[in-house]
This record gives sequence, structure tokens and C-alpha cells, in this order.
Amino acid sequence: MNEEILISGRMNPHIDPTLGIWGWEIPLYLFLGGLAAGILFFAALYSLLGKEKELPTAVRKATFLVPIILMVGLGALFLDLKNKLYFWQLYTTIRIESPMSWGAWILMLITPLSMAWCLSYWRDLIPNWTWQLKFLEWVEVFVQKYRKTFAWTMIISSVILGIYTGILLSAFNARPLWNTSILGPLFLVSGLSTGAATIMWLSKEKLERSLFSKIDLLLIGIEVFFIIHLFMGFMASNAAQIEAAQLFLGGAYTLPFWGGVVLLGLVIPAILEVMELRGKHIPVALPAILILIGGLVFRFIIVDAGQISQYFY
Amino acid sequence: MSKSRRDFIKISALGFGGLVLANPILNAMIGQVQASEPLDASQLKRVPTYCEVCFWKCAGWVHQDEKGELWKIEGNEDDPHCKGRFCPRGTGGLGMYNDEDRLKSPLMRVEVDGKQTFKEVSWDKAFRFIADKMNQISEEHGPESMALFKHGSGGAHFGKLFKAFGSRNITAPSYAQCRGPREVGFHATFGANINSPEPVDLENTKCLVLIGNHIGENMHNSHVQEMSKAIDKGLKIITVDPRLSTAASKSKHWLPIKPATDIALLLAWMHVLITEKLYDKAYIERYAYGFEDLEAHVADKTPEWAEEITTIKADVIRETAREMAFNAPATLIHPGRHVTWYGDDTQRLRAMAMLNALLGSWGRKGGFYFPETAKVPSFPHPAFPSVSWTWKDYLDGKYALAGSSIANVFVDASHPDNTTDKKIKGWFVVGTNLISTIPDTKRTLEAIDNLDLFVVVDTMPMEITGYADIILPECTYLERYDDIRVSPNREPNIAVRMPAAEPKYLTKPSDWIVRKLADKLKLSSYFNYKSYSEVLDWQLKQMGHSLSEMQEKGVIKFERKHENLYLEEGEEYEFGTPTGMIELYSTDLEMEGFDPLPNYTPHPEPPAGFFRLNYGRAPMHTFGRTANNPNLNELMSENKLWVNPKIAREAGLVNDQEVWLENQDGIKSEFPIKLRVTERIGMDNVYMVHGFGKSNKKLQRSNGRGISDSQLVTKVMVDPIMGGTGMRGNFVKFIIDKPEREEIS
Amino acid sequence: MRYAMIIDTKKCVGCSDCVVACQNENRVPIGYCRDWVIENAKGTFPNVSIELRSERCNHCENSPCVRCCPTGASHYENGGLVMVDRSKCIGCGACVQSCPYNARYSHPDGFVDKCSFCNHRLKEGKNPSCVSVCPTSCMYFGDLDDSESQVSQLLKNRGWKVLAPEVGTKPQVYYLI
Repeated sequence: MNEEILISGRMNPHIDPTLGIWGWEIPLYLFLGGLAAGILFFAALYSLLGKEKELPTAVRKATFLVPIILMVGLGALFLDLKNKLYFWQLYTTIRIESPMSWGAWILMLITPLSMAWCLSYWRDLIPNWTWQLKFLEWVEVFVQKYRKTFAWTMIISSVILGIYTGILLSAFNARPLWNTSILGPLFLVSGLSTGAATIMWLSKEKLERSLFSKIDLLLIGIEVFFIIHLFMGFMASNAAQIEAAQLFLGGAYTLPFWGGVVLLGLVIPAILEVMELRGKHIPVALPAILILIGGLVFRFIIVDAGQISQYFY
Repeated sequence: MSKSRRDFIKISALGFGGLVLANPILNAMIGQVQASEPLDASQLKRVPTYCEVCFWKCAGWVHQDEKGELWKIEGNEDDPHCKGRFCPRGTGGLGMYNDEDRLKSPLMRVEVDGKQTFKEVSWDKAFRFIADKMNQISEEHGPESMALFKHGSGGAHFGKLFKAFGSRNITAPSYAQCRGPREVGFHATFGANINSPEPVDLENTKCLVLIGNHIGENMHNSHVQEMSKAIDKGLKIITVDPRLSTAASKSKHWLPIKPATDIALLLAWMHVLITEKLYDKAYIERYAYGFEDLEAHVADKTPEWAEEITTIKADVIRETAREMAFNAPATLIHPGRHVTWYGDDTQRLRAMAMLNALLGSWGRKGGFYFPETAKVPSFPHPAFPSVSWTWKDYLDGKYALAGSSIANVFVDASHPDNTTDKKIKGWFVVGTNLISTIPDTKRTLEAIDNLDLFVVVDTMPMEITGYADIILPECTYLERYDDIRVSPNREPNIAVRMPAAEPKYLTKPSDWIVRKLADKLKLSSYFNYKSYSEVLDWQLKQMGHSLSEMQEKGVIKFERKHENLYLEEGEEYEFGTPTGMIELYSTDLEMEGFDPLPNYTPHPEPPAGFFRLNYGRAPMHTFGRTANNPNLNELMSENKLWVNPKIAREAGLVNDQEVWLENQDGIKSEFPIKLRVTERIGMDNVYMVHGFGKSNKKLQRSNGRGISDSQLVTKVMVDPIMGGTGMRGNFVKFIIDKPEREEIS
Repeated sequence: MRYAMIIDTKKCVGCSDCVVACQNENRVPIGYCRDWVIENAKGTFPNVSIELRSERCNHCENSPCVRCCPTGASHYENGGLVMVDRSKCIGCGACVQSCPYNARYSHPDGFVDKCSFCNHRLKEGKNPSCVSVCPTSCMYFGDLDDSESQVSQLLKNRGWKVLAPEVGTKPQVYYLI
């Protein structure tokens, strides 16, 4: 029998007996970041493809949610800080090697970008609106004038944001569960998928709904592929990663992950979407909500389990 | 404060300026960290002390911070007890001072609505109550009927009060519940006591033999340090212990002996040394008495004979005996400290002493050195009155070899079944929690019930305080003067304790309590000083020093005046035994009617389903005294029951599961204990650290955490030679479901 | 200069003096600690061995905590010390996640805290408080760039290991085995 015990010390709150320094704030922040990235990505993409008319929800309507989503996400990040009044220290330096720094700056960039995008469509929402501030009107005109450049900036920054939500975790060598390069693409695809689901849910156009239904199906396929590869990678890796994977293969997270995320959040919504595409009447909200909840739970589980996973020595 | 100043400058550079704003939020905004940072030690005041967290009494420095508050305690470099390094308990000594559960005010037992409760009273009222009762007892039974149980520095002051009052019935459980058999066993052999610190020359030892002594878990500071130094020099350790103790894990040979069979192993070792002619012939020839008797005595105590008894393989016994002989005389059979195990402990310690003698290690480098103690004159006082009887008269010749008073005998003399005319009617208990130190609590409580006066003096609420008529809150060692520390060592030395802080709450130093009580008893002529610093200064000046000098130095070492540290080659030496020689054959024991040579006698084995209960110490705690200390409690807040994985599997138990224990007499533990399922222990016993499972609810951190082994020690095997209480013959079984609580009667 | 700490597991008795001394010296609040002691028991009775280790921040040469810190609060100092600047730390917890030794904790005052090798004592020419207090003298501290230093000699003459080398952090606390 091998036995390792703490003789003394190390009962630090949130560190012992298992690490739990990140509670609900960070996973929520990662989820909302991914969701915002997904919506912005499709908006910019179809704007560039000139589908503004055919896909009004994707290009215009859904983007109105993004500033709100980002604000709530930033709020969650702020709540995670233990030294809240020092938050401004984030913006006194750029640290290339720190994903947290990246995230802070990319959000600093993408939040005003998304607001400007919304401004440019503001009169869609309220046609006879007049701006009280000259500056806002200037922004509206400016975005409309340089929409292509704007869309390109948004597409790039939304991809960075989407990948960032995974890299924030995968950059931690110390946590075997997170330390895999698949996590970045996986979180990006998951973010795109939640974005597509949101657009699908909000859309009133049949064409738009079925397009995003198909996109979602494709993304779910890629996601499942990544998840399988994630675990194949773990099982072919070192003892610590095998141990980490065991958390999902018989360990504490087995049911929540395979049942809650994969089955309820991916497989069932995929089946529902296929059924709808084949003409069955399925309320569109159902698969969308399942995907959104699945995406949220996915991040909670990965953040939680990753903190438990560690190297033994 | 160098760090925060540097931050300060950095912030100025950012342009926010060095404003110290009143608003903490604004301060935080500009980066003024309020958090406490390490101090600049060079500017701080330090006060000398010697530690009171255990009996080792290491000298150190109490450092104050710039506000005059206590910051940390560090060892005094000049002190041979600690060599500048305090152990975890000493380092955590501030926790004693900071413990918010401390006794804060004198408390008196009163009856309110038919229920007994403690009420805060003034010191004056407490003293009047005690003095009246003492005088009453003195009138009815004589002053000898007052008894003092003590431990630590505070007790010394009360000793003087008792002598002035007319009683010599003064005792400490540290003898008959701990090291007594060792003193008698070694005295019978070498004519000298071991005392404290033990004069073992560990730093020069080449082969160290530990018989159940878990040095490293017992944190006897200088010994742990010296053992470590010896390890650097290639020390070979032989550990005899049914459990893989920390020391065992560092041993060349670990002998996981069947418990209670040590004497058989010791006899077999002597057999090997003698039959293989490995003993120190010249040494034995010159100094020893009764070698032929021993030779004949152990002739049939072969390793094969011992293997049957101890389960230790015969060839291991031979190999280890040869290892000892190879390194002799720098081979040390360590006498240990807590040795009251099976009731034949004096004989076991005799066997250990004899083994040392055969190896020639007494008075030799790497074995035992001859210690020397500094002489400190007593402060003048009138002669103490003579007494008409003491505990020795009560014993009437029994335990004649006991060199010190026997605490459990004091319980007997206080018990209602004492039919002699020498009765004890009043107790002072100073700094010792008798409930967990003297076994057979039931009998102790019956004795307490029979008292006319019961005073407890302590710093903390303990089990024993709950039974007192009156509780006097002593301040901690950090808040008072005490006697000059004198203890035997290689170099004679003294150390002082000075207060580093004012006594907290209404607590008072023992010397103050004693003086004020002496006033009420009209005994103030014995305490003719206003502050104890006067006494210390007078004593130090007699020695050519002063208290102010000691404040700077903390410790003073002196030249040795007497014999050498070790025996010279071929030196004539007279030992303190009746024959003046090392007595392999003990004439003292023979005269008292005991075996002059030790014999192995089998001890009861645990019945089926039961396991022998062994207990020991953890390096971060001193008995039960430190369980509530905030710093030390954090290191270890409860004890766990060590159980072999096979036993656990068979009993369907898992690691960290809570169980209750029941002993052979049907006594159940008051609280549950968590299991530590570990390969470090064998199948025939279970183990826990002593001193946990506090029942006093006033101890917020330690109440109900772990269990008290003492509660389960109801079978006591008394040593017929010196009255020691053997406590390792108790057997326990697991109870998985919470038992119904029976009232402790 | 390259500071390193060496701990001799053959001498450590697990007394935890290092833990209390650190708490006092660095005013670590009750309930928190910068160092701790691990016992690792292997084998089957009676063939059992144990290893005792006092653990703390490894002041890694390739510190993931310094890398992931978004504000630069975690930084290197003279001798390779990894330090936290309390006035820059926002308490985001990234460094806590990044440490394979779980050596960092969130101080109740908001910033992240950990072992500093008692930098304030080093500046006075003293050893870290855990090294100074250790009753078994099983802890050593010194400069690995000086090949004559005690720490360099120990690593030359004794078998040693570091913790979780596979993570690639290049820890600077060495264990003699």
C-alpha cells in the first residue's frame, strides 16, 4: 500500500484538500466569451459574404446581445478577482505569455467593436432615432462606411476570443486535464456552436434557421470529433493525464460529462435538428437551449475537473 | 518596513504620489498595501526566556514588534538545550499567549438553583477562601494533609509555599507515570540517576539503540539535533518498536517486536555479547560487579529462545548485537523517557542499563557523559517547619527504591479507602492535567470527591479544572519571571526567563499568587521580596552576574569544576552503588526482595478481536497541553488511530473512517477517532498520539477532536519496585456505530 | 547568483517546525501556510519505508506563475527568487492554477501569497527562517552558481531529486534521497 499524507500545514482555503480557486465566475466568463465570439463571428462572416438581407438575425439582430453578454462576462471576471480594486493593473502592461492578459486586452478591443457594430444597425431597431451625442452618430456613419474592414477585424478578434477561452486553460502545464492543445479549437467550436444556436433560436426566417441548423450540426460533429481525440490523447499520454482522463472515464465527472454535456448538450440536439430538417415539427428553442446549457455545463465541468487534476510526485 | 517603502517609491513614480489617504479603498486603489509584512528585525526588542511548552526548557528570545506586541520566539545560540533552534512547540509558544480560550479570571465553584457552576471572583476572595480551608484542614488533620501535584516552573513556587505551610507531600506525575523506572533501573546499575536532559552523548554516538523510544516524534530538542548530526557522520540506528516510528524509518535495523517482550530481546543480546565475547572486557573487569552471575543468568537466553518470544529472528538478534559491539563504546542504548509500560519496567530499564555496561558506554564518548549542574544559591528565608509525616511514611517501606514521590500514591492517600491516619484532604494541582496523566481516572475522581479543598492552577481550562473548587488563572511563561533554569549538561549553565508582555486578562504569575496566598496564611516571612526579579538579581549577583547582564545574554555557561566528561583510560572510579561498582547484579534490588537480575515474564495478550493500545507523541504537541494552541493545533488538530491495512480490511474499515473504541473493561471512548490505515504498524496493536479528545467544551479548537488514550487506560500494572503505573496492557476493539453515552460516574 | 534550497529527506523527522517558524516570521494568518510537510509511505509491513519532505514554492527557473501573471505582479528577483508584488496583484488566481506544487494561496487581504525564501532575511545575510529553525538541520540554503557552496557540494556528492520535473518548471528546491 502506498500512502501519501500531509503531516501538517497546507490547509489553505480553496487550495486544500483539492484546488478550487476558481468558482462559478471563470467558467461563466469563458462560456459568455465563447458565445459572444460565436455570434460576432457569424455576423462578420455573413456580412462579408453579402448576406445581410437574407440572414438578418445573424448579421444584425443577434449582435445586439453581444455587448450585454460581454459586460456580464467581464462582470464575472471582475467578481473572480480577489483584489478587485486593483483590476486596473491589468491595463498597465501587456504580457504576451499570459493568456489572462490577452483575454483582458482582447475584451477591451472586442467590446467597443461589438458596440459600434450594434450602433451601425441601431436604426433598424428604432427607425426614427436621433443621437443626442454627435460622437455616436459619427461612429454609426464610420462603421457603415468601413464595414468591410470592421467585419474583418471582428472575424479575427472573435476567433482569437473563442480560442482564448480554451487557451486560458490549456496554457496551464500544471493541470494535466487542461494541458492539451485541442482545448483551444474545442472551445472555439463549442463557442461557435452556442453562437449558431442562439442565432437559430432568435431567427424568424425559415432559410436562416435551417442554415444555422446545418451549421450547428457540422459544429457538433467537429466537437464530438475533438472530444474523442481529447481523450485518445490523454490515454496515450503520461500517468498524470491518464489519471485526469479517469475523472471522466469512471470517475466523479463521468455522468455529468457524458450524460449532461455529450448526450443532452450535443447528441440529442443534433438528433432534434436532423428531425426538424427532415420536416418534423420541433420547437426550435428546444435544441438551442440544450446546446446553450450543454456549453455552459461543459465549461463548468472542465474548469472544475481541471483544478482537481494534478501531477503526483 | 523596507518592502512597503519600496512600494511607496514605485507608486510615486507612477505619478499617484505618496499620499497616505485616510480611505482604505483609495489607498488600495493607489496600491498602498495594508497587509502585514515582515519586520525589520534589527530595530526590535528581544527578551530572554526559556520555553515552558515542554520540560526541555530551551532558552530563547521573544521578539517584539515595533508596537511592542509579541512577534516570534527564536532559540538562543548559546543554549545547549536548543543550540539556537527551537522545536515546533517552542516556535509556536506564542499560541499559548494568544489562545483566546485561556483561563482569564479566578473562578469559584458555586451552587445556583441546585446546579453547580463556576463564578468569576476576585483574587482576594479566592485567596481568603483557600486560606480558610487550608487552615481548617491544618487544624483538623495537620498541615501534612495538604498535597501538591505539580509540573513545570509554576509548581516550584507552590513547592516553597507548601514547605512553609508544613507539608512535604509534593509530587509530580512526571516520575511514576513517566521516567521513574528509568531512574531506579539505572541508579541500581550505575549508582546515578539519568535526570533531564538525559546525559547521552548522542552527537558522538556511532550506534544508537532505541527501545520503543521514538526520538524525532518526541521532540527532545538537543537530542533530535544531535541524532541528526550523528546521522551525517554515519550513525547506525537499531530501533525496537512494533510500529515504524520516524526513527525506525531512519534505522539500519528496525525490529518490529511483539509488544511487551523487550526484556527477552535484551537478555538475548546480552547472551550474544557474552557468549561471543564481544563485551568490553577491560571495562567490565575494572568496574562491574556480578558479571559471572549475569553470565550464568543469560546462558540459556539464546537468540533462538528470544525469537520464540519476540518474533525477532535469531540471526537478526545476533547481527544487531554484533553491530552494537562493533561500535562500542560509542554504542548507546538510549534510556528513553516515558517508560511506564508493563509493570516490570524497572527490570527492563535495568536490562538496558546492563547492556550499556557490557558495551562500556557509561562514562564514554558516544555513550553517557558525566553531566554537571551550575550551583545557584537559594534566596534566604526562615527554615521551613518540620513535618510529622510524608508520603514515605504513608507507604511504610513499600517502593523503598523510588527516588521521588509517586503521584498515584497521593491519590491512594486521598481516597476514601485509605484507612491509615495519614490522610490527604486538600490538593493543589499546578500545571498538570491529572485526568489524562494519572491512569484509572475513576479512582482519581473518587479521591477528588473525598477532598475538603481542591485548587487548580493553570493557564488553560483542562479536564482537571472542571473538578476544582477554585481555579486560579496563571499567566503564561511569556508574561512572567520564574526561577533560574539550572539543569545538568556537558557544560554547567543557567538561563533566565523575563516577561515579554504584561499578563493578559486577570492572570497572574505563580510567584505573585504564592506571595499573596502566603500573606493570607501569615507566611509572608518566607517570601521577603516585592518582585521575583529581586530574587533573581540577588541570586545572580551571588554568582558574580546580574539580571541586567542576563537580559542581554539569556544564557551563561560556566567552566566545569568537577570530573571529566568521560572516564579516563583506566581511571579509578567509584560508582554510587552499594558496592561502588557497576552492579550487573543489583544488591539494592536483592535487599528489597526483587530479582537482582532481570527476568522475562510473559504479559497478557489481547483477546480475540482486541488490539493492544499503544500511544506516543507527535513532534508538534506536548502531551495534552498544546492541543488548543492555535499555532500547534493548526499543525495537528486531532489524533488518528493507526491500523494495519489487513486489520482494517477484515473489520470492513476504511481510511479516515470514524470509529469509537471500547477497552477490555467495557470503557468506551468519549469521542470517535479517525482511522489512519497504514503499513507502518503491525497486526497486533493500534496506535494513537496522546493528548487529544479534550472533553472541556471551553477549548474551542480541541474539544472533541480525536480521542483520549488515557480514558481507555483502566488496567494499570503497577511496578512493585517503585510504584510506577504501567499503562500499555490495555486492549481495545472498534465500535462502528455511535455508542449510547453512559454517564461517567 | 542562483539561490537554491536543499532538504535532506534522510534527516527530516517531519516535525513541522519550518511551518510554524514561517508563519510567525512572515505573519502568515492562522489557517494559512506557505510551507508544509508531506509523508510518503511505501511498502508492506514490515518492509516499509517513508520519505518526509518539507515543501514550499520551488522558485522555479522556468516559473509558470511568472509567465501567466497578467499584471507582472509575479516576477523574478535577484538570485532567481520568484516574488509577488502585492501592490500589483489583482488576485485573478491564474498563478495559483499554474503551479504544479499548489504552493500559492490567496491571502485574506486579497493578494496571492507564497514562500519568498524569506527574502527580507536574505538581505540581512540570514538564512530563511525555516532553514534557521530546523532542529535536524536537514535544510540547506545557498548559491548554486558558487561551485564551492555547501548546496553545490551537496548536489555533487549526494543523490537528489526535484518534484514533478516532467512539468518542466526547473524547480530550485532539491531533495536529497
